[in-house]
Amino acid sequence: MGASVSAPAATFDCRVAFAETLIDLAQSNERIVAVCNDSVGSSNLVGFQKTFPDRLINVGIAEQNMVGVAAGLVNGGFIPFVCAAAPFLTGRALEQIKVDVAYNGYPVVLCGMSPGMAYGELGPTHHSIEDLSWLRAIDGLSIVVPADPAQTRAAVRWAATAGLPAYLRISRTKTPSVSADDARAFAFGRADVLRHGDGLTIVATGLMVSRALAAADALAERGIRARVLNVSTIKPLDEAAIIAAARETKAIVTVEEAVIEGGLGAAVAEVVVRHAPVPMRMLGVKGFAPTGSVEFLFGHFGLTRDGIVAAALELKGQ
Amino acid sequence: MGGALTGNESQGDLRSTLSATIDADERAASLRQTATQIRRSVMQMIGRARLGHVGGDFSVTDILTTLFFAVLRVDPRQPAAPGRDRLILSKGHCSAALYSTLALRGFFPVENLATFMQPLSALNGHPNRRKVPGVEANTGPLGHGLPIGVGCAAAAKLAKAPWRTFVVLGDGELQEGSNWEAAMCAGHRQLDNLIAVVDRNRLQQGARTEDTNRLEPLADRWRAFGWETVECDGHDHAALYQAFVAPMNGRPRCIIAKTIKGKGVSFIEDRVEWHHKVPSPEQVELALKELV
Repeated sequence: MGASVSAPAATFDCRVAFAETLIDLAQSNERIVAVCNDSVGSSNLVGFQKTFPDRLINVGIAEQNMVGVAAGLVNGGFIPFVCAAAPFLTGRALEQIKVDVAYNGYPVVLCGMSPGMAYGELGPTHHSIEDLSWLRAIDGLSIVVPADPAQTRAAVRWAATAGLPAYLRISRTKTPSVSADDARAFAFGRADVLRHGDGLTIVATGLMVSRALAAADALAERGIRARVLNVSTIKPLDEAAIIAAARETKAIVTVEEAVIEGGLGAAVAEVVVRHAPVPMRMLGVKGFAPTGSVEFLFGHFGLTRDGIVAAALELKGQ
Repeated sequence: MGGALTGNESQGDLRSTLSATIDADERAASLRQTATQIRRSVMQMIGRARLGHVGGDFSVTDILTTLFFAVLRVDPRQPAAPGRDRLILSKGHCSAALYSTLALRGFFPVENLATFMQPLSALNGHPNRRKVPGVEANTGPLGHGLPIGVGCAAAAKLAKAPWRTFVVLGDGELQEGSNWEAAMCAGHRQLDNLIAVVDRNRLQQGARTEDTNRLEPLADRWRAFGWETVECDGHDHAALYQAFVAPMNGRPRCIIAKTIKGKGVSFIEDRVEWHHKVPSPEQVELALKELV
């Protein structure tokens, strides 16, 4: 069951949990190294650098080289965590991610920092809203989007031992905790029902999960029992959980901090349309964002409790 | 699904006894003979597949031959041994030369070469490390090999391991900016366990490099990025061998191997159109007569 998210809940920058876990893992595993692009500060790697100065490879502002170097480090026996702002990691080095990492089958852990619209006013150049669509098309690349610090910790631990090419989307925008406890917070490939319900399902990922829970609370006041499904593994998708949601609740709203073309909503729709067609609404970022803070932009695109509630009500014909 | 190739135990490591004590002239003569075998194999593969990049295959043949038959510390029976030297062919379109070299070196049976680019063959137009023993990196899009090689060399440094990394680059592909990101990084990190070899045949797919996007002064450019450079005849096995084995000097080394695209066959040499032109059956026969 989901924890209460009634305001004012404490909120967290997931990069902190990421960095603490990486340092902890690196203490006991000498093969773990970090690779970055002049992003020691923005990837929260200052502590890692102090603890393991030789094991932080900062290639400077050169993302294509950064990802290629990481593939070579795997070839040489290491487990590289590539830490870089998500828009530049995924956009600038997309072919390296496809070829050097995924097609080679080199288990590089790509950590997209500050994804979505975290950079707010810095604008669309710095927003990473296409990453899920781009990367979902790449064979053999796992995509994990933790929703809170507990999921982040568990996802980093999973990635260090999985031996799979992977993309972790690590949020900097502060978010409340949605996990009841660390032990059950995350399992690779598993979508978690955080709120039971049969009136419709809100399928959310990352920062949108806490908003989905808030929306479910608001819908409950209107007599609609919304199920909330946290999809922290975008690929491979937990198809059984999606199919169950479609069959048992008969309507689905998806919500993601990304464009809807090719992201979570599209992934869910691909399953629903094949196995259990039901009406859907997809919430996401619509085109390049105007100027504004991340909270302003969430409101602008309806990526809020009220936006989710409105989509749910429309879907229910209310 | 195309199956992966397995190693060739019976053929074994034909050249593991090619020791450092061998006479230099003897070594060069042996390499020359092997290179001719490789070129003949490439011509037969491309003639059969009706596909391939014969010009670049022939310009890089002597580089690959020298590396695999005299320089690299590799064991074809243990292609993934952690302490092996790494060879990355960044110009992955010259896969026919790489496959022929690997097969003759004993990484997989020579008979497999007949499947080159056939449906479901492990021997794709560009090499796949998950299918072909001895391939370190899947390459094809240009500008990918050197960054991966820098990562390999950095790994060996971190592990304090003695193995070395060699990256074979085309000259045209140096127009890709990622190479210079990697070159800058290797120079900065003083990776003296890394050797890049530029197959300087002066031609790219559509025209001469200097008419397309000028590379010269090429050696100056590498030196400016913190590398030492050696220029040599890329078809002279003794010169290549010396360039590979000379002691390192605290920096990565770039060998600019001056080559002739299509080297070995008179009507293919130094002609732009033979980048990926396919020889007719008659031309294959004519070429094989020259490759002796």
